[in-house]
Formats: sequence, C-alpha cells, structure tokens
Amino acid sequence: MSEVNIRNVTKIYPGHSPKDAPVLALDDISVNIADKEFCSIIGHSGCGKTTLLNMLAGFEQPTAGNITVHGETVGRPSWSRAMVFQDYALFPWLTVEQNISFGLEMKQIPKEKRQSVIDKQIRLVGLAGFEKRYPHQLSGGMKQRVSIARALSVDPEVLLMDEPFAALDAQNRAIMQQEMGRLLAQADADVRKTMVLVTHSIEEAILLSDRIIVLSSRPGRIKEILMVDLPRPRNEDDPNFIALRHHLRELINEEVGAVE
Amino acid sequence: MWVLDETTRMLLPAPTVVAIAAWDLVATGELFRHLFDSLSREFVAFSWALTAIPLGIAMGWWKSVHEQLDSLVEILRPIPPLAWIPLSILWFGIGDMQNQFIIFLGIFFPILLNTITGVKGVELNLVRAARCLGAGEGAVLRRVVLHAALPQIVTGIRIGLGVGWMALVAAELVGASSGLGFMINDARTLLRTDIVIVGMITIGLVGLVLDLLIRELSHRMLPWSRSLHH
Repeated sequence: MSEVNIRNVTKIYPGHSPKDAPVLALDDISVNIADKEFCSIIGHSGCGKTTLLNMLAGFEQPTAGNITVHGETVGRPSWSRAMVFQDYALFPWLTVEQNISFGLEMKQIPKEKRQSVIDKQIRLVGLAGFEKRYPHQLSGGMKQRVSIARALSVDPEVLLMDEPFAALDAQNRAIMQQEMGRLLAQADADVRKTMVLVTHSIEEAILLSDRIIVLSSRPGRIKEILMVDLPRPRNEDDPNFIALRHHLRELINEEVGAVE
Repeated sequence: MWVLDETTRMLLPAPTVVAIAAWDLVATGELFRHLFDSLSREFVAFSWALTAIPLGIAMGWWKSVHEQLDSLVEILRPIPPLAWIPLSILWFGIGDMQNQFIIFLGIFFPILLNTITGVKGVELNLVRAARCLGAGEGAVLRRVVLHAALPQIVTGIRIGLGVGWMALVAAELVGASSGLGFMINDARTLLRTDIVIVGMITIGLVGLVLDLLIRELSHRMLPWSRSLHH
C-alpha cells in the first residue's frame, strides 16, 4: 500500500474581495507516493506546489478530495509529517540544540534519551561544535542543516521540504544538494523517510528524486510524472541526467509560454 | 530693583542653592523616603499591569476575543491617566491605592497594545514549524507566540513604565501625602523652589535609570532579538 495517497484534490481560494473571482489553485490532483520514496514536485512559480505541500502537512485543507497517510486522513499538522521550510523557521530564541530538542519535548521523550537523539542528528548534519549557537550566529546553509535535523529528530513518517535550498547562495545550494544526495545514497532502508520535495530547480529534482511530478500552472494540474532511474549518488554529467534535464526543461518552458 | 532681584532668586534659585537643598534632602533621608514611596507605587502598579500580557496575547491570537474587547480598549486608551484622577479620588480616596490606579492605567495600555502587535506579528512559519513538530495550541502559545512576541512586549513595558512614571508624579501632586510628586507640591506651598527643582531632577534621573535598566535587562535576556531589530 502506498504511504501517501492524494486523491482528486482540488483547492480553490476565495478572491481577496467579494467581487474578485475565486482562484482555482489545484485542479483534481491524484497521485500515490510509495513508502520511502523520494518524490519531487516541480513547476513554475504559482503552480500550487507549495499549496499541495501545505495540505500534506495539514496547514491547509483541500476544497475537495482527500489526502491520506497510511490510510489515515490528514487533518491537523502532526510530527509524523515534519516540514523543512525555505526560510528555515528556526526559533530564534533557542540555540541549535534547543531547536532540535523542541519536537522531542513535544513528544515527551525523557531528557536522557533526548540528548542522544540530538547528538546523533547534529553529527548527521555536520554541526558538531555549534550546539550552543543561536540561529542568528549561523550562515544560511547551517540554519537549513539545523532545520533538517530538527525535522528528522521527531522521526517523522514523511519529511516535507518546501524549496529548502532556494534561499541559499549558489555554492552552498550545490553543497547541500550534494550532501542530501549522499545521505540518501547511504541511508539504510529502515532509516529512510518518505520525502516530498517542492522545488523549482530541475537539477535538484533529478539529483535527489525517485520520481518527479511536473505541475502545470494556473490551475495546477499534473502534467507529467517522471521516474528517475539513475544510480545514486548521481552525477550531473551523466548523459541520462542530461537527457532528463533537457526533457524537464522543455516541459517547464511550455508552461512559461502558456502563462505569458 | 532689589525686590525684583530677590523674586528672581526665589523663582529660579542658583545651582549652588539647589545643590545645598539636595544635600540636605539626602542627608536627612527625606529624598529617599519620598523616592521609595514613589517607586513602590510604580512597582505595585506595574505588577498589576502585567495582566496586560495574557490579555494582549489572547486578543492578538483569537480573533473572537479581539472583536469583543477591541472597541472597549480603543475608547479607554485615549483617555489620559490624569483625566482619571478626580474619579479615582472618589473611588479610592487619597493615598496609595488611588496613585497606583493612575499609574496602572499609564502602564497597562502600552503593554497591552504592544503585546497585541507582537502576537499579530509572529511569523506564520514559526507557528507552523511548532505544529508539525507536535506542539498543541497551549504549547504554541507558551513556547512560540509568547517568546516571539517578547521583544515587542518589552518595548511595551519600557514605554509603559515611562508613561506610568509621569502619571505617578501627577497623581502624587494632588492625591498623596508622600512621594516625589507630593514633595514638589509641598515645597511649592512653602515657596521652596530649590526643593521643587531637586524633586524634578530626581524624577528625570529615575525615569532615565528605569529605562536604561529595562533596556539592559532585555539585551541580556533576549540576546537573539537584537539581530532582528538591526
């Protein structure tokens, strides 16, 4: 059985004022995401990809259709679907350690056990030595590492990522993407999470995903679903990588043309 | 000519005269007695005014609470604390209670309004992050909203203490038998302008010290907030 089941999901936003027409953001989206699959949602900005992610998290509710995770309908946000945000959303009044500890405290994990989870996560994302720093003392890349560690610390079933590397400079973005790819390549089946990544970077999607969902713009509909059947860690110079990138770019350019 | 000179000297005493008066007031302990009374009134009123924080959080967080209370707050807020003095004297008589009530009004509204603004300005993603880490409504309010709004709440406290301090002295001018305001007014009836001026300078200095104290405290307790404001 698939882990995440999105069935006939439609999202309509009311207009800003009563005389504005309602906006159809997502139109009849149906897709299944398998257990431990890494799935990217890619599309032109305004295609509703973040809306879809927010509905997966439970921040927003679909106007029609439903979303289930492990057979249970998604209602309120829960630690079982942790999110990594583009702007990191770290608590600025807490240190790195305390930020990672937050979810563990919410899960009422005893103090002795918390520390070992925190240490493990900090090592995993390479932040040893920065435990006592506050977010404002960290670079963008380090902040996003904390954010990923924080989301993973609660051991979610699904990890949702909303353009996690978009706010980083090009160099840091490439490093983070490579590292994420490396982590995915190494991760054992039992620690791997089902992951949903929203991005507008074609390379990022190919580098990391098992499957890429391409959304069309206004309204957001599924345009195409592509399997990425390349060995990990992936190499951007691989001819198959290049061919896939070319294909994706064409798909997305069609959308840009359609909107303008 | 001699008369005019004498009058001027009385209305605006020389700095040396003021200094001597200050020394006398310090030496006899009278200044500190009044200062202590004023400060303890300010402190009691401040403690009561802290109720503005939970109220402000409720008003900033729940739309329904805001709708219920906003118009009442907006009507009460523009009334200067001093306009409450006549009514408060009838309610509480002359003395600590009445003074504290006036100061309370001065402190309460700045804290309330700043708390509401602070809560409304909490970044949505911080709340969402907390929720998807398993935080319920109570934890979101206590562990996220309160903290995120704290720099703004502290700003409210700073403004409030300042307004309260000003209101305090005014309240003491008419409705007290001790305190810096009383001391000034009492000295006026005796034409002791030197004491009046010592009182005024003390009020100014204490106001400044209070403000510096809060600022220092907030820098120390909220090291992260400096980065947000710059």
